[in-house]
Amino acid sequence: MSLEAAVRLTLGSLALDMELRLDEGEVVAMLGPNGAGKTTMLRAIAGLVPLSAGGVTLDGRVLEDTGAGVYVPTEERPIGVVFQDYLLFPHLSVLDNVAFGVRARGGSAAVAREKAAAWLERVGLAAYAGSKPQTLSGGQRQRVALARALAPDPRLLLLDEPLAALDVTTRAEVRRDLKRHLASFPGLRLLVTHDPLEAVALADRLVVIEHGRLVQTGTPAEVTGQPRSQYVADLVGVNLLRGQADHGSVRLAEGAVIAAAAAESGEVFAVIHPRAVALHRQRPDGSPRNVWPGRVGSVELASGRVRVRVEGPVSLVAEVTPGAVKELGLDEGSQVWLAFKSTEVGVYPA
Amino acid sequence: MRAERVPVGIAILAAIGAAFFILPLLGLLIRSPWGDALTALTAAETVEALKLSLVASVSATALGLVFGVPLAWVFARLEFPGRDLLRALTTLPMVLPPVVGGIALLLAFGRRGLVGSWLDSAFGFTLPFTTVGVVMAEAFVAMPFLIITVEAGLRSMDRRYEEAARALGARRWRVLTQVTLPLIGPSLFAGAVLCWARALGEFGATITFAGNFPGVTQTMPLAVYLLLETNQEASYILSLVLLLVSLAVLVALRHRWLGSA
Repeated sequence: MSLEAAVRLTLGSLALDMELRLDEGEVVAMLGPNGAGKTTMLRAIAGLVPLSAGGVTLDGRVLEDTGAGVYVPTEERPIGVVFQDYLLFPHLSVLDNVAFGVRARGGSAAVAREKAAAWLERVGLAAYAGSKPQTLSGGQRQRVALARALAPDPRLLLLDEPLAALDVTTRAEVRRDLKRHLASFPGLRLLVTHDPLEAVALADRLVVIEHGRLVQTGTPAEVTGQPRSQYVADLVGVNLLRGQADHGSVRLAEGAVIAAAAAESGEVFAVIHPRAVALHRQRPDGSPRNVWPGRVGSVELASGRVRVRVEGPVSLVAEVTPGAVKELGLDEGSQVWLAFKSTEVGVYPA
Repeated sequence: MRAERVPVGIAILAAIGAAFFILPLLGLLIRSPWGDALTALTAAETVEALKLSLVASVSATALGLVFGVPLAWVFARLEFPGRDLLRALTTLPMVLPPVVGGIALLLAFGRRGLVGSWLDSAFGFTLPFTTVGVVMAEAFVAMPFLIITVEAGLRSMDRRYEEAARALGARRWRVLTQVTLPLIGPSLFAGAVLCWARALGEFGATITFAGNFPGVTQTMPLAVYLLLETNQEASYILSLVLLLVSLAVLVALRHRWLGSA
């Protein structure tokens, strides 16, 4: 059981061009900033946006192939979708919402109601069968949407920002529930989110999208351990540089050369944790091989530590204590020296 | 919230405007011969006119739903050259003097009209001066109200519900009947009621295209107008009946117009 999607299309200012493969057993989260094309990718897989080139194959069945002129319409794809604000039909009861898909796919009214009732039982909402969806809480609506998408037994479940419509207080609980339901669904599972916490909590594998392209994929540990885009680096909170490795050093695109003990050869990423970056008033003289002058661009307090952005030949974020900021008299525009050891630079091929 | 201070000039003009609407209604209520109401209402011609009016206006509304809803859908959902022109043509009767509409209907469906002459020669079928003609005249004038109301409803509905239905396996017909139409239910209802009310009051196009034959084409408004010459009291009473019907329509649509959610 697998999904292969190669999607190329243009929608407004978005040019989506990416390939995605989903295998049995994994929960995959597409993660990316707003406007990266995550939702469009989901809609393309569901057949709601036409591809300009590419194809979608699910379980060996070609759902779309622009080359061969194949397009299986959305309603005939064995795909369940949980939409961002759920889109529960306001004129139907909760039970009829869940029964809708079973009925639409050819089940008799009796079978549909029976199945819907069983699903409501499963998501713990049997007592609300006769209610209108508007009367439910956000978390309950989310569960109805999930039950509605799963009731017709799809092979692939797509979830678009499944927790975004919820307030913070209920989100953690709903996320736990969702994780459990995702685990018990035997088909393929793909969700979209802009929230890294949600992605890491729910998915076995992350697919990072930026500007309509896949920039990185891997387990949450792999992606956060070796970011391959500024977006992920910012999420994780590390400094990400890119350049040409040359046995112990990395020449950055901007021209500066940093010492990096692990560097060998080829195009590489270099990460430096902000905690490893020290700040000085005067040029320090000591063991760190990397010493650069710079100007403080911004100073931000983040959970007890201060993140200081220093602009210079090598622009980096340093994380220091509030005490150090006071002692050094750091403020926007201050001249400082930053230093980090060459052993603190993580290097991996680009 | 503090009440806004009303400039005197505006208050006076507004009061005159209000009186302009209220006085005629008062006139109708006060001058109607209430004692004769029952006799007037049960007179044979009245009952006939009332029956015909109801049958014709309900039929015109049914026609409006059958043909107007698809037209509204086409206007709301399809992009094609000439769409705006077509919409303008189908809503023209809203601003056209009804008499002109009646004459236009005669020229199209009359015995010697564009289509009418063919209907006559091929099937021996004539439309003008029949009850069917009344229904046509009323539909011609009233259907545009339904079309624009339903089109507005279709345009303002959240189309993502249709996508959700498709993603659940619903084909076009199921999406339309189970999701789209129920979601625009309030617009459908309002459009139908407006259409029916307009059809019920239709005068100009009806008398021009269908004539004024008691029991066949003489609807309430026609009867009221004729009674004004022969039996004023009865015409007042019938007017009152039509007024009550209009009030009922207003009450039915109050959420839409008076905004009392």
